[in-house]
Amino acid sequence: MTETNQELIRIEDLFIDYETDDGIVHALNGVSLTLHVGETLGLVGETGAGKTTLAKGILRLIPDPPGKIKEGKIWFEGKDLLELPEHAMQEIRGQSISMIFQDPMTSLNPVMTVGEQIQEVIRNHNPELDKEELHAWSCAMLEKVGISADRIDEYPHQFSGGMKQRVIIAIALACNPKLLLADEPTTALDVTIQAQVLDMIRTLKQELNTAMMLITHDLGVVAQNCNRVAIIYAGEIVEIGDLRQIFKRPTHPYTIGLLESIPSLAKDVERLNPVKGMMPDPTDLPPGCKFAPRCKFVCERCAQRVPDLIDIGDGHMVRCINSKDTQSYASTRE
Amino acid sequence: MWKYILKRLLMMIPVLLGVTFIVFFILAMTPGDPAAIILGDQASAEALELKRIELGLNDPLLIRYFNYLLNMIRGDLGTSYKNQISVAAQVIDKFPNTAILAVAGILVALLIGIPIGILSAKKQYTALDNTSMVLSLVGVSMPNFWLGLLLSLLFALKLGWLPSQGMGEEFIPLLKSLVLPAITLGTGAAATVVRMTRSSLLEVIRQDYISTARAKGLPEKIVTKKHMLKNALIPIVTAVGLQFGQLLGGAMLTETVFSWPGLGRLMVDSIASKDIPMVLGAVIFMAVMFSFVNLVVDIVYAFIDPRIKSQYRKAGFTKKEVRA
Repeated sequence: MTETNQELIRIEDLFIDYETDDGIVHALNGVSLTLHVGETLGLVGETGAGKTTLAKGILRLIPDPPGKIKEGKIWFEGKDLLELPEHAMQEIRGQSISMIFQDPMTSLNPVMTVGEQIQEVIRNHNPELDKEELHAWSCAMLEKVGISADRIDEYPHQFSGGMKQRVIIAIALACNPKLLLADEPTTALDVTIQAQVLDMIRTLKQELNTAMMLITHDLGVVAQNCNRVAIIYAGEIVEIGDLRQIFKRPTHPYTIGLLESIPSLAKDVERLNPVKGMMPDPTDLPPGCKFAPRCKFVCERCAQRVPDLIDIGDGHMVRCINSKDTQSYASTRE
Repeated sequence: MWKYILKRLLMMIPVLLGVTFIVFFILAMTPGDPAAIILGDQASAEALELKRIELGLNDPLLIRYFNYLLNMIRGDLGTSYKNQISVAAQVIDKFPNTAILAVAGILVALLIGIPIGILSAKKQYTALDNTSMVLSLVGVSMPNFWLGLLLSLLFALKLGWLPSQGMGEEFIPLLKSLVLPAITLGTGAAATVVRMTRSSLLEVIRQDYISTARAKGLPEKIVTKKHMLKNALIPIVTAVGLQFGQLLGGAMLTETVFSWPGLGRLMVDSIASKDIPMVLGAVIFMAVMFSFVNLVVDIVYAFIDPRIKSQYRKAGFTKKEVRA
């Protein structure tokens, strides 16, 4: 994979709340992340951890009300996206940063042809193009994702789920974005189609040298596609590092739990080994470490304050005060 | 598509049969002797009997019904008891007046209803939304004739700006006389359109494809117009179509309040004078108009939503074509 260390986007201390009738949901609580040019970062966490909120937050697509970006900075090409006026943000969306949404069945407008929907994003960012150029461009995009260009005038209901997701990918990549936010792009698809779609995303992103944030809860997908991995829990990054660091030396108890929960083919396992307990109620988060109530390694100090994200070597960062103990546990695990 | 339209037109036949059947028998059962209505109280018993034979009133009900149907197929809806003019001619004479009022009323409803509905949905739960919801509740609840009376009190009697009665002949007087009845009809319909637009749009606003559209970097205006509105249109078209169908059949209360020479008033007058063929003819005409507008609405669906279009195509196929 082409990898440079040039920084593409840097998120600093991002806080996002949803203000609902039942109280304030703290969806993101101080997320900091950096993505480099051409890199693929896997963002892993369970449902409700704040993965989608983070991606939508980067594009400022959080519906307001109820969503509020409370504080933080998102540095992209020297500018703080959170400070930009709306029209400048519109220039970035679809052009520099694109997003693929979770459910292909509902992500395309049912009353527009797929061609119009691809052309729309191209025209929006290249208003100087005439009709034929737009048509040629959108046909090329469709071919690129493996759909014959003569289907350009068809409507989404004439396509299967996997094909729709390809169209969505064509829309997202049409303007050659620098960053692609893929929010569980394959969760709603059959396993066989999943592999095809992921292969296609991987090839295209290499071809276009696009960086990608791949949101998923499937560690297998992460292992195959990502250079780096960030584990998110209750709106906080709890561990972030290179693929090898996370899979070979998992250090945060939550990461260890996630990896232990993968059933092994080699061993005869009677029962799955899940991370016990539930994620805390985001309207009423525990003080201190948010994973403490479910943690095997919990001690008194855990509940006192939120642990910092500390570097345990070579950019491998962990938000746990017991990282030494957990690491020695993880190394004896096999 | 054409097959579907033909099918729908054929389906109007049983609907009309049903309507004529019900109305014919209800009117036949109403008390009062048509012969006495035509000849007046002073007529002799022999004269009445002769009239009854002439009108075929002594035949059994079913025979009369079938005779009526046969005449209807030939376009003959009978003659009015009151003035001996053909019912069909009178209906056709009044229909343009009603149509003008209906179009004006629906325009008022659309011009008020759609923009306010959109604003209301986009600014859900704000002061603007709440105000428009309360106003539309008032609009739905307020009886038409009462609003009409209030309007003519203010603008015709007090301010003297607009006529309160009748329909102008020339273009400008016609427009002037149209304002008050059109507003009276339009506000009621507008209230329904506001609520329909708002609720339908609110459903669409939360859809994933709206997020996709925004993620393309489209300006919010285009997202609203191209993505939200077109998808929200079907329930709105349905509501507007129903309202329009009703208005085309004549707005009885509004036409009476403003002495508008349309179908609604014709109907009210005919009921008052027990002019049975006239009432029957007018009701059948209303039913035809209503079914027709509904058909148009269903065809419009196909142009809004390609999924419906492909369904219509399938519905139009006969078995033979499917095999071929």
